[in-house]
Amino acid sequence: MKDRQLSLILAFAGIAALVPLFVTAGTWLNFAVFTLILCLAAQGWNILGGYSGQYSFGHAAFFGTTAYLTAVLQTRYGISPYAAFAIGIAAAAAVGWVIGFLSFRSGLKGSYFALVTLAFAEVFRVLANASEITGGAAGTLIKLDVRPENFQFASRGTFFWVVLGMVVLAMLLTRALERSRLGAQMVAVRENEDAARALGVDALRVKLAAIALSAAMTGAAGGLYAQYFLYLDATIAYGTWISVEALLAPIVGGAGTVFGPVVGSIVLHSLSEFTKSLVGRIPGIDLVIFGIMLILVVRFPPRNIPGLIRRWRGTK
Amino acid sequence: MIEPDPAFLAVRNVSMRFGGLLAVSDASFFVKEGSITGLIGPNGAGKTTLFAIVSGFQKPTTGHVLWKGEEITARPPHLLARAGIARTFQIVQPFAGLSVRENIAVGAFLRHKRRDDAIALAEKVAARVGLTAELDKPAAALTVAGRKRVELAKALATEPKLLLLDEVLAGLNPSEVRDIVPVVRAIRDSGVTVLMIEHVMQAVMNLCEAVHVLAQGRIIASGTPAEVVATPAVVEAYLGHGAATRLSGKRDA
Amino acid sequence: MLEAVANGLLTGAVYGLVALGLTLVYGVLHIINFAHGALLTMAMYAAWVCWAVFGLDPYVAILPLVPIFFAVGYAVQRFVIMPASQGDDNNILLVTLGLSIVLENAMLAIFRSDTLSVQVPYAMEVIEAGPMLLSFPRVVGFGVTLVVALVLFLVLTRTDTGRAMRAVAKERTGAALVGIDVRHVYAVTFAIGCACLAISACLLLPSFYVNPRVGNAFVLVAFTIVVLGGMGSVPGALLGGLFIGVVESLSGLYLGDSLGQLGIFVIFILVLLFRPTGLFGARA
Ligand SMILES: Nc1ncnc2c1ncn2[C@@H]1O[C@H](COP(=O)(O)OP(=O)(O)OP(=O)(O)O)[C@@H](O)[C@H]1O
Ligand SMILES: [Mg+2]
Repeated sequence: MKDRQLSLILAFAGIAALVPLFVTAGTWLNFAVFTLILCLAAQGWNILGGYSGQYSFGHAAFFGTTAYLTAVLQTRYGISPYAAFAIGIAAAAAVGWVIGFLSFRSGLKGSYFALVTLAFAEVFRVLANASEITGGAAGTLIKLDVRPENFQFASRGTFFWVVLGMVVLAMLLTRALERSRLGAQMVAVRENEDAARALGVDALRVKLAAIALSAAMTGAAGGLYAQYFLYLDATIAYGTWISVEALLAPIVGGAGTVFGPVVGSIVLHSLSEFTKSLVGRIPGIDLVIFGIMLILVVRFPPRNIPGLIRRWRGTK
Repeated sequence: MIEPDPAFLAVRNVSMRFGGLLAVSDASFFVKEGSITGLIGPNGAGKTTLFAIVSGFQKPTTGHVLWKGEEITARPPHLLARAGIARTFQIVQPFAGLSVRENIAVGAFLRHKRRDDAIALAEKVAARVGLTAELDKPAAALTVAGRKRVELAKALATEPKLLLLDEVLAGLNPSEVRDIVPVVRAIRDSGVTVLMIEHVMQAVMNLCEAVHVLAQGRIIASGTPAEVVATPAVVEAYLGHGAATRLSGKRDA
Repeated sequence: MLEAVANGLLTGAVYGLVALGLTLVYGVLHIINFAHGALLTMAMYAAWVCWAVFGLDPYVAILPLVPIFFAVGYAVQRFVIMPASQGDDNNILLVTLGLSIVLENAMLAIFRSDTLSVQVPYAMEVIEAGPMLLSFPRVVGFGVTLVVALVLFLVLTRTDTGRAMRAVAKERTGAALVGIDVRHVYAVTFAIGCACLAISACLLLPSFYVNPRVGNAFVLVAFTIVVLGGMGSVPGALLGGLFIGVVESLSGLYLGDSLGQLGIFVIFILVLLFRPTGLFGARA
C-alpha cells in the first residue's frame, strides 16, 4: 500500500524524465515546462487548501514574491540566482506566515479567508506595478546569459529536468507530510476544527505551518517561472491568473492528495492545448474550459477526475 | 485571591451569561481524583456549557476553574488537552472524511509524534471501546452507537487524566448501554478520572460514586446517587414544582 | 478638493449600486458571489452592443437590459449555482469562481482584449453646481441609483416577494415551513442582483470603458463596500459605496491613479481583519 504510492511517484518521475529525449520541438518543451511550473504552484496550494481546508484565492502573493526576489536580487544586487531563489522562497514563506497570522488570528474562514487573500495579492500587484525596484509597469528583465551558474541552461531539456526535480521533491514532501503528525493535524483541522482543538491540536499553529509551507512551494514555482521566461511584470507575478491556476489543478485532480495537483495540471493543460488545436488560438478559450471543468467537477461529486472516472465506471 | 485547592478539579462560583440568559449561575463543585462523577440535570440546565468552560472552549463570565490547585480558567482547549483534560461532544464531532482509525489517531498523535506509535495506540484504544471491526470504515458510515464510541475513543487516545463525557449513552438502546457501561468503568480502573453528563439514570446509579445536580444553571444537590435522587429539590427539578410532595404523599397513602 | 469629494460621492453612488446586488445576494442566500464582477462585465458588453449594433443610447438600453439580466440571473442561480453548490460554502466559492472564469474569458474570446467605449454627446458635459464642475454622466448615475434604491426598498417592504425575501434571509427553514418556495426566492434575489448590475453597467458605460477584465476592478471595490457596509445590509451598501467613492477620489488626488486603488484594498483588509461585521452593519 505504502510502497505503491512511492513507486507511482518514482514511475512518474522516470517517465516524465524521458520527455526531453523524445520531445525536441521547442514549443512542446515550453508547454511541458510551463505545465510543470504551474503544477508546482498547484502543489503548494494543495497543502493549504487541500490538506488544511483553507481555500486561498491569493496564492499569487507567494508566486510573485519569489519571482520578483529571484529576478530583482540578481539583476540589481548581483546576488547569485540560486541564492536569490532560496531567499525568495524563504520570503514567500514569511509572507504566507504573516498573511496567515493576520487572517487566522481574526478567525477568518471560508469565503472571508478567500476574499482577504485575494485582496492581499491585489495589494502586492498594485505595489509592484507602481514601485521603482520592480521596474514598475515596464517590468523586470533578467539578462540572457546562458551559463549554469546563472541558473540558465543551453537546452530547454535541462530546465525541464530541474523543474521536474522540484515537482517530484514536492510530491515526496507532500507524501511525508501525509504520514506525519503535522499532516494528520492539518487534515483534522480541515475536517472539524473544534474536534481537533479538543484533541490537543493547536489549530492556529497548524494553519500557520500549512500556509508557510504552501507559500514556499508556490513561491518556488514563481522563482522557476522568472528564471525560465526571464521576464516579469506585476500582472504575471501577482495577477489573479496564477491564484486561479494554483487552485484549479488540485480541485480538478483531487484536493488533499499527493497526485491531485499533478493529474489536475496535466489534464487541464492538455485539454486546453487540445482545444486550441481544434478551434485555433482564440484568447481565453482555454480558461473557459477550465471554468467549465471546475463547475462540473464541483457539480458531480466526488469532485475530481479520479472520482469522475470511478463514477462513470460505476454507472455503466 | 484564590487559595490553592487540593481537589483534582474544582469549579468555583462559575457563571455564564449569554445575552439575557444566565446559562450557568454561580456553580461550584469538586471532582475527586480516580472517581466517576456524574453531572445530571434537566434539559437546558447548563451542563454542556459547564463542560465547554472546563475544557476551555468558552470563557466563563465570572468564576474560576482549578486543576490540581492551578487556575486554568479560559486556557485554550489544546493546552488543556495537553495538560490531560479531554472531552467528548454531546453532538458527536467526527472527522467525517477520515476512517475510524485516522479519527482516533488524531487524538493519539497528541503524545506520540511518530505515526506508527500513534496508529498502534489508536488500534489499542479501538479495541478497548470495541471498535476493532470498524477501524477501516469511514467515520461518517457508522451507526449512532458507533459514532459515540469513536467520540469516546478519540478523547481516550489523548491519554487524559480527566475525561469529560457529554451524554455518550444518549440515543443508544438498552443493550448498547449495557455494553458501554463496563467500558467506562474500565477506563476509570485504568486510572482516568471521569466526569460524565448523563440522562440515563440507570447508568448513573450504576457507575457514579458522586453526583452533582444542575438545574437552571445552579447546583441544587451533591452527594451519592442514592442521596441525590432522594433529595426533594432534585425530584422537583425533574418533575416540576410540587412533584416531591405529590410523590411522597402518594407513598404515604 | 471639494470637487473631488463631490465627484467621489457621485461615482460612489454607482459603486453602491454594484455592491447592492452583491449584498442582497449575500443577505438572502448567504453566499459570496465571486461571479458578480464578471456579470457586470457581461452587462457592460451588452450595453455596448446595444449602442454599437442597435444604436441605443446606454440610458435607454436600461429598459431592455433589466429584464434580460433578471432572466439571466434567475437562470444562473437556478440552474448553475444551486445544483452545483449543494449548500456547501466551499462549493459555492468554487462554482461562482468557475462561473466568473467562464464569463470573463468568454467575453475575451468574443470581444478580444481591446478596450471599447461608446461615444455619446453628453459624455464630457459638465454641470455647474456652485463652485464645482460635476460630470453629467455621474450626476445621472447618482440620480438613477437613488431611484433604484428607493424602488428596491419599496419592493422589499411592500411586496409579497420582498417580504418572502426578508423572511428567507432571517430564517430559511422557518420560511420553508410556512410554505415559501425558498429556491424561487433565492433565484429571484439573484435575479434582482443581476438587474441592478445591468443598470449599473448602463450608468457606467458613458463615462467608462469596457474590456474583459473591467469587472475585476469593480468586484473588489464592491466587496470592500459590502464588507464595509455590513454583509447583507442594503443601506450599508449605499453608504459604503459613497464612502469608497470619496476615498478613491481623494487617494487618487493625493497618491496618483495607480496607487489610488491601494487605499481601497487596505481598507478592505483592515475591515475584514478587525471589523468583519462592517462599520455600519449590525453585529452578527
Ligand atoms: N452559545 C450559546 N449562546 C446562547 N445560548 C446558549 C449557548 N450555549 C448554550 N446556550 C443556552 O444555555 C442554556 C444551557 O444550555 P446547555 O447546552 O448547557 O444545557 P444542557 O444542560 O447541556 O442541556 P441538554 O441536557 O439538553 O444537553 C440553554 O438554554 C441554551 O439554549
Ligand atoms: Mg448538553
